[in-house]
Amino acid sequence: MAQPRVLVIGGGLAGLSATMRLAELGVEVDLMSLVPVKRSHSVCAQGGINSVNSLTRQQGDTEWKHLDDTVYGGDFLQHQPPVKEMTDWGPRIIDLMDRLGVPFNRTPEGFRDQRRFGGTLYKRTAFAGATTGQQLLYALDEQVRRFEVEGKVKKWEFWDFLQPVLDSSGRCRGAVCQDLVTMQFRAFPADAVILATGGCGLVYGRSTMSMVCTGSAVSRAYQSGAAYGNGEFIQVHPTAIPGADKLRLMSESARGEGGRVWVPRAPHDPRDPREIPEAERYYFLEDRYPKYGNLVPRDIATREIFDICTTDGLSVEKDRLCVYLDLTHIPRETLDRKLGGILEIYEKFQGVDPRSVPMKIFPAVHYSMGGLWVDYQRSASGGMEEGAPKNQQTSLPGLYAIGECDYQYHGANRLGANSLLSCIFSGLFCAPGVMAASGSLRTLAAEESKGLFDAALRRQEERHEALLARRGGNENPYTIHNELGDLMTRVATVVRRNEQLASAYDDVCQLEERWQRCSLSDTGNWTNQNVVFTKSVGDMFPLAKLILKGALLRDECRGAHYKPSAAMPGIAATEPSAQRLEAEEWCDRFEANTRRWLKSTIARHGADGHPQITYEDIDTSLIPPRPRLYGLVGGDVIEEVWKERQRKATAAQAESPRATDSALPVGAAS
Amino acid sequence: MSRSHASAGTSGADGHASPTAGTTVHVRVLRQDAPAQESYWERHDVPYEPNMNVISVLQRIAAAARAKDGRRVAPVAWDCNCLEEVCGSCTMLVNGRTRMACTALVDKLLEENPEEIELKPMSKFPVVRDLVVDRGRVFRALERVQAWVPVDGSYDHGPGPRISPEQQEDAYPLSTCMSCGCCLEACPQFTKIEVHQRSGESVEQLAQRRDEAYDDGFVGAHAISQAVLFNNHPTGKMIADERMTALTAPGGIQMCGNAQNCVAVCPKQIPLTRSIARAGRAATVWAIKKLFDR
Repeated sequence: MAQPRVLVIGGGLAGLSATMRLAELGVEVDLMSLVPVKRSHSVCAQGGINSVNSLTRQQGDTEWKHLDDTVYGGDFLQHQPPVKEMTDWGPRIIDLMDRLGVPFNRTPEGFRDQRRFGGTLYKRTAFAGATTGQQLLYALDEQVRRFEVEGKVKKWEFWDFLQPVLDSSGRCRGAVCQDLVTMQFRAFPADAVILATGGCGLVYGRSTMSMVCTGSAVSRAYQSGAAYGNGEFIQVHPTAIPGADKLRLMSESARGEGGRVWVPRAPHDPRDPREIPEAERYYFLEDRYPKYGNLVPRDIATREIFDICTTDGLSVEKDRLCVYLDLTHIPRETLDRKLGGILEIYEKFQGVDPRSVPMKIFPAVHYSMGGLWVDYQRSASGGMEEGAPKNQQTSLPGLYAIGECDYQYHGANRLGANSLLSCIFSGLFCAPGVMAASGSLRTLAAEESKGLFDAALRRQEERHEALLARRGGNENPYTIHNELGDLMTRVATVVRRNEQLASAYDDVCQLEERWQRCSLSDTGNWTNQNVVFTKSVGDMFPLAKLILKGALLRDECRGAHYKPSAAMPGIAATEPSAQRLEAEEWCDRFEANTRRWLKSTIARHGADGHPQITYEDIDTSLIPPRPRLYGLVGGDVIEEVWKERQRKATAAQAESPRATDSALPVGAAS
Repeated sequence: MSRSHASAGTSGADGHASPTAGTTVHVRVLRQDAPAQESYWERHDVPYEPNMNVISVLQRIAAAARAKDGRRVAPVAWDCNCLEEVCGSCTMLVNGRTRMACTALVDKLLEENPEEIELKPMSKFPVVRDLVVDRGRVFRALERVQAWVPVDGSYDHGPGPRISPEQQEDAYPLSTCMSCGCCLEACPQFTKIEVHQRSGESVEQLAQRRDEAYDDGFVGAHAISQAVLFNNHPTGKMIADERMTALTAPGGIQMCGNAQNCVAVCPKQIPLTRSIARAGRAATVWAIKKLFDR
């Protein structure tokens, strides 16, 4: 029997860690990427990577608390065993990256330094300057290069994944891919294919994501039958720098250091912001949230900034939505000392000094919590069973998904600095299972009938030729992409309304029809970026549709998904007994909502091109769901009522799960 | 469409003269359809927008797909990804200077030259198409100097070595090198190596012949700096001798002519000349040591 061979698509943190571990296990790996793997989107992560560490442990932190913070931050919309396994692995993963040479910041004594991030009370986040993602990626890239020199890994850079190849039983036997330089097609027989292709930010036009984050690979797997989970959960970061080409992140620390958010009271006031007097400025966050001011939780800040521009029409600029983030009242020396690095980014891209001119910022699509549905094998201890072939396997046997493109770890909302952990973890952890699955197959892919691959190749060649041959079409793929992005950004980001979602769904279908009439401006067969982009735009529609449909059907608020019609406001009463009554009603409603909606949205691509939505129950056996009350008026009363109910429920059961009474974390989740 | 001049603008909030909406940015691109073909200039006009960078100019050119004279043309091909100057993809010659297209702001470029923006592919690497070049040699050089920590494997062996804050601050800037190739483009000692496929030659044979050709050429400032980075890491230095062998082989550090262009063009301000000086001293010590070890 031939040596097992695995095809990994995508060379970010997840793809590289899977490749490294597989090569170490003796599996031959083909590693494919749209760009040289060292240029993957993981480089954009700035903040850090979370894990319990020796310091936090002595302050009472445990892996269990990291699990609790993650599922609470995610509003309980994730299966808990994989998250438990991930948080258990955290310390080992940081140690490994440390050994690989990542230049983590150090304490005076030479230990790794940690900082605190949102959604936790502990300093769990290890970091390397302001480029932690870049540094982690480079360390893995270097190890994979080592295996490449040894001949255990073969890289296919500047290649595009077009479709998985399925046999008659529905098992994935390889893939068809295209060389982006020569435009040649090639079939890759493989015993397993692992997708590690990241998020789908470009469905929203511009986002904080890199240009390769089109979601096309995931969409192609979905269109081939793989199920997609929780697509409607898209994280929007409150403060990004709007750019003509992309939206760049502006760290939350700008507000942490005293930055004030405001808009001119007169719509689109043309004056230099420095000349607008105080009385004519509207500090809307400070005004509406006197207690928290500019440091309201991320989802609230995002919603308010979005609403002031759209609903209130008070955007600073007429043609572009943005508000001022003002640091100019803070002494320059203080700014340089505390925020130097991030202010330089603003200056570099805007050509304006934010120490003397207020920055213009707006929320931006940042992360896809949803992704391909993947399986896991629960272990006896409540985690994931290492080496089980179904870990990280999609609904198509033999096709795996890891990193941002799976739906597994972040539920309805991701905590800062948890994404790097989930990427490296899922990559390392899936490898033994993938190898076990490859070894147990009766016939290896290389011996499968050639006809299977020839048919798939022909299908892709025909799609390609048909695109090139389109004549007389009057539609421009770049314009259609812009329209899709504007539409999705308007209706499916921060605030979602059913009538808007329903009409946007029809609009997306119309855009998809118009896309059929795109004609290409480049019909050649050499480094044709035009046809590659056009294909990826075409593959955005199935994703846009499942995001919209999932959001439309989900009549509740959970994590990043917010519908005003389903919002559960805090307590209005001021008199204690009335407050108490309202809190009881609030908890009744919460319990009813949990029963109805604490389920993963599962989308399958229908033959008619529309997503078929079903719901999947969630394994919350480790930590029972509880309300997220951060910033809610009367939250303390609700919490009191909730805890009483939990105590009663606990008393009613003989054995109680461990974490029922754990305190509500105070930090802002995101 | 307005034909008024791009530089005829009003004073912006930051005090610079900047063009206003309605004006046009003139762009001249050096195009080449494929390797071994003649290059040619093509002019494009792009409507000015505030805060544009060269990437957004190229995006507008791709969407319009028409040259200045109205001819329908294929979009200009170029490389990019993160657009935040951390991935190293979008290196090109903008107004004659090697730099990242994402941080090349149109307002600043028009201050340099109000007439037009000139875009050319890097000259030290084989052109694939238009502004896309083959920078495989950049990564090949990292293999030559074994730019990695030679760990036993990915199984748990506890934390890495203790590192002082000073060591970390020394290593971190070197570790931000994004393999963009600016230092190589600017280096007089780094000359273009282009290997074409011979008739009957397989892709694998071509790759091998290309790597051999690359290995004869100058390894480059970026790779020397990476060798210094790993030779100063407590575990990385366990194969320091092998890196020194590579650095002192033909095409190694002795080829550096000390022009110091590399450090001047590095978008990340990596102290490349300092790395080269350190590697040079280490090479001298190593050569003497080798002499006595014989």
